[in-house]
Amino acid sequence: MTGVLEGDIGIALVNILLLAVLFVVAIAIARLRNLFAIVMLSGIYSLVSATWYVVVDAVDVAFTEAAVGAGMSTVVLLGAMLLTSRTAKPDKKFARLGPLLVVIATGVMLIYATVDLPALGDPDSAVNQGVGLTYMQINWADTGIPNVVTSVLASYRGFDTLGETTVVFLAGLAVALLLGFGERSLAESIKREGKLPGSNGKSVSETGKEEDAS
Amino acid sequence: MTAAALIAILLGMVLLLIRTLIGPTLYDRVLAVNSFGTKTVLALGLLGYVMGRPEFLDIAILYAMINFVSTIAILKFFRYRSFQVPLVRRGGTQGGKR
Repeated sequence: MTGVLEGDIGIALVNILLLAVLFVVAIAIARLRNLFAIVMLSGIYSLVSATWYVVVDAVDVAFTEAAVGAGMSTVVLLGAMLLTSRTAKPDKKFARLGPLLVVIATGVMLIYATVDLPALGDPDSAVNQGVGLTYMQINWADTGIPNVVTSVLASYRGFDTLGETTVVFLAGLAVALLLGFGERSLAESIKREGKLPGSNGKSVSETGKEEDAS
Repeated sequence: MTAAALIAILLGMVLLLIRTLIGPTLYDRVLAVNSFGTKTVLALGLLGYVMGRPEFLDIAILYAMINFVSTIAILKFFRYRSFQVPLVRRGGTQGGKR
């Protein structure tokens, strides 16, 4: 495997391409008015960012991003679109000037902060010394899992992860019990009582008003 | 060879992104996003081999599953305007039209 992408320059190129795609998608999400296109683009954003997480070796974050970002949040956003209109209201001119300035200032500060960060995979950085170094050394002999993060999450802290998963599962179960399923669910009863008939052509403000009244 | 395939797939991702941006109808966008997910799966698999870590194939398989489920959810949303309709019609009753 001696290809163009072998080595650091190739991976850097892949990084640059993926981040450029992320940039374009983010700009498009901010500019578009069609809510469905925005939901689709947010799915693409999640997929690309998950790919990028894999490239920088954060496999567990990539798993979460793919499951939550591309899978769940697309469905949740589409469900929210059922209750609102299909397009966003057009902006007034210069209405976003203040937020733009805030975002630019925050971005400049964050870029300034990255100057102090150690390089990716730097063996002399603080996280790779001490406890991190110990895990690197004993990981393979203990568990035989190639990815150290995975071995810490699923083996050394296995009970902790099991507890977290149980808590998340119980929270989801409680929400599902409160909102209900199928015929007896909250959405169905709202629909039956005619509070929110259909979903076409209802603006955000109308929907909000009716929910306040109920 | 693997690197060339990876470059081709990344360029295909860019083309699909353009289709999602300018896609005139909703179905263009649904199809573009679905194909984009497939491209992501392929790119992940190839990235594993380019970076010398073929274990990434597991993640690629997970992405394929998520892509399938979310496309089904999107299409269901457009067909029935609700997620609470069973995809398979129960015997005799009319699933979907309410």
